[in-house]
Amino acid sequence: MSKPPLYTEYHPRWIRPRMSTYWWLGRVSYLAFIVRELSSIFVAWFVVYLLMLIRAIGQGDVRYQEFLAWSARPIVLALNLVSLLFIVFHAITWFNLAPKAMVVRIGRTRVPGMLIAASNYVAWVVVSAVVAWLLLSG
Amino acid sequence: MMAKRSIEPFLWLLFSAGGVLSALLMPSLVFLFGLAFPLGWLPPPTHQHILAVVGHPLARIVLFSLCLLSLFHWAHRFRYTLYDGLQIKHLNEVIVTICYGGAIVASLAAAYLLSFGIANP
Repeated sequence: MSKPPLYTEYHPRWIRPRMSTYWWLGRVSYLAFIVRELSSIFVAWFVVYLLMLIRAIGQGDVRYQEFLAWSARPIVLALNLVSLLFIVFHAITWFNLAPKAMVVRIGRTRVPGMLIAASNYVAWVVVSAVVAWLLLSG
Repeated sequence: MMAKRSIEPFLWLLFSAGGVLSALLMPSLVFLFGLAFPLGWLPPPTHQHILAVVGHPLARIVLFSLCLLSLFHWAHRFRYTLYDGLQIKHLNEVIVTICYGGAIVASLAAAYLLSFGIANP
């Protein structure tokens, strides 16, 4: 008998479909996800705006008033309006996710998710009230 | 044999902290300084008053933390949005440099402004 044939294991290539660059347009939930992630751009913009404001404050009353006037320009107003919408969207989606990220147990029972989300919203209201009080009292 | 330590958990922590701070503090600040004061819905603080507020050491620390953590929140989130959204993970080095590098530079600017840019009231 001749030499037995040499067998190798037949292993087909894995199917790896290429992801389209526009996969996120496929469903509303995908689009909502991308929009939520893009809210971070407006967070970064407001940091820049805040730093411009702080610099103007440090440079004296004239510069401060000039900054306030500049912030009233239509294009800046529009940008900040859009930023407000995105930042509020970020806050709401973040607080609603909090129960998934924060698992609090008292003894063996889990604190209900609604309570955790609610306490985040309460904290939001309190912090906003403090900010408003600090800025509106003078 | 110890698994290679990754910096990712630390970066995620910065992202998470930034998300919390920006969610709590920014909406009211954007509303006031972005809409209410410019549009005249509410009277903006006088320069003397806001200088006193911003100059307070506690306010400086809070503002710096807000800026630093929000910037790293953006850096981390935007990096992964580019990876997953536009499928450009192969541009890894460029993206990491722009995102975290940008966050570092802006944080340094924030540190400078909040330390030396405001005269002690």
